[in-house]
Amino acid sequence: MYKITPEIRERSHYLNIAYGLRSWLLTTDHKRIGLLYLGTITLFFFLGGLFAVLIRLELLTPQGDLLQPETYNKMFTLHGIVMIFFFLIPAIPTTIGNFVLPMMLGAKDLAFPKLNLLSWYIFLTGGLFTLVVTLIGGVDTGWTFYTPYSTTYSNTYVILTGLGVFITGFSSILTGLNFIVTVHRMRAPGLGWFRLPLFVWAHYATSVIMVLGTPVLAVTVLLLALERAFRIGIFDPQLGGDPVLFQHLFWFYSHPAVYIMILPAMGVVSEVVSVFSKKNIFGYQLIAFSSVAIAVFGFLVWAHHMFVSGQSVYSAMIFSLLSYSVAIPSGIKVFNWTATLYKGSISYRTPMLYALGFIGLFTLGGLTGLFLAALGVDVHVHDTYFIVAHFHYIMVGGVVMGYFAALHYWWPKISGRMYPEGWGRLAALIVFIGFNLTFFPQFILGYLGMPRRYHAYPEEFQVLNVMSSAGASILAVGYLLPLVYFLWSARYGPVAERNPWGATTLEWQTPSPPPTENFEITPVVTHPPYVYSPKETVTVG
Amino acid sequence: MEHVESKRVYLLVFAALLALTAVTTGVAFLDLGPLNTIVALAIAVAKAAVVVLFFMHLRHSGRMTKVVLLAGIFWLALLIALTLGDYFTRGWLKAA
Amino acid sequence: MADIHALALRHHFATPAQQKDASTLGMWVFLVTEIMFFGGLFSGYVVYRSLFPGVFAAASHHLDITLGALNTAVLICSSLTMALAVRSAQLGARRLLVGFLSSTLLLGSVFLVIKSIEWWHKYTEGHIPGPWFRWEQAGAGNAQIFFSLYFSLTGLHALHMVIGVGLLAVLAIRAWRGRFSSAYYTPVDLTGLYWHFVDIVWIFLFPLLYLIGRHEV
Repeated sequence: MYKITPEIRERSHYLNIAYGLRSWLLTTDHKRIGLLYLGTITLFFFLGGLFAVLIRLELLTPQGDLLQPETYNKMFTLHGIVMIFFFLIPAIPTTIGNFVLPMMLGAKDLAFPKLNLLSWYIFLTGGLFTLVVTLIGGVDTGWTFYTPYSTTYSNTYVILTGLGVFITGFSSILTGLNFIVTVHRMRAPGLGWFRLPLFVWAHYATSVIMVLGTPVLAVTVLLLALERAFRIGIFDPQLGGDPVLFQHLFWFYSHPAVYIMILPAMGVVSEVVSVFSKKNIFGYQLIAFSSVAIAVFGFLVWAHHMFVSGQSVYSAMIFSLLSYSVAIPSGIKVFNWTATLYKGSISYRTPMLYALGFIGLFTLGGLTGLFLAALGVDVHVHDTYFIVAHFHYIMVGGVVMGYFAALHYWWPKISGRMYPEGWGRLAALIVFIGFNLTFFPQFILGYLGMPRRYHAYPEEFQVLNVMSSAGASILAVGYLLPLVYFLWSARYGPVAERNPWGATTLEWQTPSPPPTENFEITPVVTHPPYVYSPKETVTVG
Repeated sequence: MEHVESKRVYLLVFAALLALTAVTTGVAFLDLGPLNTIVALAIAVAKAAVVVLFFMHLRHSGRMTKVVLLAGIFWLALLIALTLGDYFTRGWLKAA
Repeated sequence: MADIHALALRHHFATPAQQKDASTLGMWVFLVTEIMFFGGLFSGYVVYRSLFPGVFAAASHHLDITLGALNTAVLICSSLTMALAVRSAQLGARRLLVGFLSSTLLLGSVFLVIKSIEWWHKYTEGHIPGPWFRWEQAGAGNAQIFFSLYFSLTGLHALHMVIGVGLLAVLAIRAWRGRFSSAYYTPVDLTGLYWHFVDIVWIFLFPLLYLIGRHEV
């Protein structure tokens, strides 16, 4: 095993500065809060994964023979709710964002550390509450809670689940608020906007979405609860209400929500691609602006989820056109990452493997999004497995890979240890193979007509479904491996140096792990965030 | 030291707010057709503006604060406008 | 006194000015989230009022315009006292600060009392949405939607008022104990922003709910 050297034993840092449960549960240190979130996020990831396992087990055979139909409905509903609200939306911002953002700014903490802790408690409350509701029966409406099924016909715990989501939303709002103020007001001297790492730009854009969109979801869930409890009429056609209004209000948040999920992952990829190509990121300003553009345009496309719901054709055409436009900034990013790789000195460490996987899989997912923006195509594949494959390519092939890239990249900073590189690469490979085997067949299934949210299907779809379920089992192994080796490395991994990757952003100036206040003396920044290519001149100012 | 507003300005704003409330209530009883709603909203916007500018000190606040507020208003307008767009155009195309 | 604001300076801020700046920006960002929160309800209102304007007007006539206007005036007075409270804090005038905070609190409570009376009237007239809703004129369903929006909007607003009153009580006690000075009065400032926002919501609610089609009796 590795010797604990005297320097490690003597230097105090954020992990050993205090021990005991109270020092963790009452901490205001953004780094400890990031770890608190890491624990809870990991739990929800595996819970959401458990529901996925049951879904894929059921779908091994064409008949609905494993679960009751009502139970199956609950499985895909809870898989969606847990994965979206309790994993994908918070994952990168609350774990990595909380940990790294202040350090990237040269700050000692976020603007509102106590609010940060409150955010975690709210998240925990909403999460535990929803977990309890799941255990006593859960909900079967689909994570989208469409009316009138959710308000009038479902016999499950719609209101209580809605309450869990409502509570958790405030965690998101407060985190976004904290990030926005921190980026505006806590930058170190000399750190102008165009010297910020792209990870920061990504989280800033994400925070803007969180702050503007989440409140609308909150009020929508509130109206849903009132409609269900008192039949107030707002979504009820019998009283002159419109169920589609629910969908407008719901998707006004839930579409931008997918950008809350992807933008942080894109921020991670920008960092990792630059470091592991030993090359300054290509088109820094374009990537920065496109992050903001995605946040803004992302709010203009929501009704592309409603093409077949009964909105007016003219409205649908406008949203279709806007949906094409939102792909442009994403495309710009992919081009810039690729251009960064070109003639770079590429090192295939685990974070880079995940980042490369992201670029390929996100591109596929994004391109299929363009197919769906076309009204004609969408009418054919809406509510089929094509849609399921599309969003899983982005959510899993994109966001989860970005999350794993981030975990591996910043692990030395977080824990002061290195993860085992061989196992890291193996797990990345297993994830990549498992992922594609799980979800590529689903594009074909959807195109052939297999509907989503059905527990039974025609015989001729079985082969593809079996492939998908097999892929899921491989994917599960790929996700369990890091859980094991990260925990192992925290105790037995090789001690990490201050800057094992040779990166040039501020967080790598601190020791690994960092002291509680991050910087003894606030740094003064005089250069851009990425300074890798000695041939390129570093512009002053 | 931050700017301290004078009592006089506050009292003037207060008087304006009360006056505008009286106006909006009175005008509601006149038949102006579609203008009724527009006038009511215009008066409400005017009242909100003076509260924001004077009571909430936006007049003396930094640029960022103004941008933040404008963004919020703009986003709400977006939600309402695009949603209404659906409802207003539903009747345009009759099913074949 | 230099001590008060030195004690209040959190370790992660370089100067009190930076801290106050950050706190103020944070409150404005929070108010934007509130704009979007109420905004969802306003969107529903805009959609349904445009779909059935006649019934909305008829339903609006059943609201008590006198109480509504009175409440508007009460809130405007409370905004004045709140602004004067912040001003007193800026000038370090402790007694005035406590006085204005208490007046604001009192006016806010008056608002809530009047609101409760209005709601009681709605209850007796059978205008609470639900299976017990009563409406003699045409368009009962649409009228129920009006009252759903009325209760959602005024209810959410009232909830914010209650929170505001709570905050004012805490502030008044702290002010009485001398916790604020001209160098440190951020909580007063931020609560003021919150209170004025809640006033602005009502400034829109009053014409939108109470003054629809009042020229048709």
